[in-house]
Amino acid sequence: MIQVSGLRKLYGDTVALDGVDLHVREGEIYGVVGQSGAGKSTLLRCVNLLERPAAGTVTVAGQDLTALRGRELNRARQRIGMIHQHFALLSSRTVAGNVSFPLEVMGVPRAERRRRVGELLDLVGLGGRGGDHPHQLSGGQKQRVGIARALAGNPAVLLSDEATSALDPGTTQSILALLKRLNTELGLTILLITHEMDVVKTICDSAAIMAGGRIEESGPIAGLIRTPGSRLTREIFPLPDPAPAGSVTLTFTGDPRQALVSEVVRKFDVDVSILGGSIEELAGGSVGRLRVALAGEEVPSALAYLRERGLLVETS
Amino acid sequence: MTWDEMAPLLWEGTWQTAVMVGWAAVFTVLLGLPLGVALVVFDRGGLRPLPVFKSALGLIVNVGRSLPFIVLMIAIIPFTRLVVGTTIGTAAVVVPLTVGAVPFFARLVETALREVDRDVVQAAQAMGAGRAAIVWKVLLPEALPGIVAGVTVTVVALIGYSAMAGTIGGGGLGDLAVRYGYQRFETVLMIVTVVLLIVIVQIMQSLGDVLARRLSHK
Repeated sequence: MIQVSGLRKLYGDTVALDGVDLHVREGEIYGVVGQSGAGKSTLLRCVNLLERPAAGTVTVAGQDLTALRGRELNRARQRIGMIHQHFALLSSRTVAGNVSFPLEVMGVPRAERRRRVGELLDLVGLGGRGGDHPHQLSGGQKQRVGIARALAGNPAVLLSDEATSALDPGTTQSILALLKRLNTELGLTILLITHEMDVVKTICDSAAIMAGGRIEESGPIAGLIRTPGSRLTREIFPLPDPAPAGSVTLTFTGDPRQALVSEVVRKFDVDVSILGGSIEELAGGSVGRLRVALAGEEVPSALAYLRERGLLVETS
Repeated sequence: MTWDEMAPLLWEGTWQTAVMVGWAAVFTVLLGLPLGVALVVFDRGGLRPLPVFKSALGLIVNVGRSLPFIVLMIAIIPFTRLVVGTTIGTAAVVVPLTVGAVPFFARLVETALREVDRDVVQAAQAMGAGRAAIVWKVLLPEALPGIVAGVTVTVVALIGYSAMAGTIGGGGLGDLAVRYGYQRFETVLMIVTVVLLIVIVQIMQSLGDVLARRLSHK
């Protein structure tokens, strides 16, 4: 749905994007994480050409946006929704007026606008608040207005620029649940950038880690978790780093109640001590990560058995 | 001088001031608003960057603002004659008042527009809004409380400028205070005029403040 290739962007002598490739499939939620200054914001703003890249192409829903200018680009942007960290609502307009804005830009007639605004506000759970001004709303409600506004043009794609970073944890969860619902119900493809690992954990199907204007790792989360040495896995499961010498880190998916440790102890002549671990509910199911120390004669065969059972076994 | 003698003079002066300031304010907004918008839109990093043109506009505005009003009024007499066909009287004062206030007001509009959240402008661009839509639907409505405050400051400044209009026969309260209060030692009339001016300025400022607050939804 979104295909970014060879994207480069410079600010003076600073390289903000250094050859970025990204592929977001239709209907998925794709998270780009990284520290501030990693270039993720620039990347997002290049997707709807708010920033024009120095090189590379951006294709959204089959249309090469980098080839468009002026009116044509504006028309293409109307099919790409965007939500913002600080909501970016018009303080001079009511909630309904804000949601109506993109429809006015698109030239939708008044009666049609009113009907559509009502629908959108109901969709995001703000029915009846249309007459309020944004300053009368809480942060979470403001972001709901932002989402309703972003959906006005029936976009195929929603871009989210740190949409939950200014919200408290509870509100963040409710906004993420709303995004997930829109993703499922409307088949909306979402590309989001965030510095919060929780966001990736909660709703993303795929993810990419950015640093220094480059993508270090990317792909479906289920696949990244099975990749040895994955940075994303380390970030999602904050086990103490670095792993102590001689320890083994096990990553497993599926039912977290598998009695793997006791099974290994029973089958092989090994002692297992648990050094740390966690189980996380990801969008695609639960994933556990366990750090253990094994001792005994049969350690190699025990590890081989665990690998056979489909676990990712990393020794250090 | 008795109250009965003063009243018609005060009425006439107030009316002349109101006419001069009123018309000048109307023309100032009509000319200064687009000029202020132009200073923002054509700026580097604006919606349509034309830095050279913007610098030229900025220079003209600065020249206009450097001249003391009384100098400007005399200096542009030929222009005034061209526009209204005369160089004396109330109508003739409106021209220099407008010319003097436009650059001032344009800078206030510029400042108000720059206060508009950049995020909001970018959000509008992300929604596919063109330049005209951004000016009409984002910049001007969002800056409206600031622009109204700017109009208020400009009107108060115009009341001040208009006091010099007596120099070219424009009349008004300032002229009244100078001719009667100062030149004929009518101290009472002088004091009444001063009080009247203070009251008018207070009313204007309060009206402007109330309106600006009503329009602001922050």
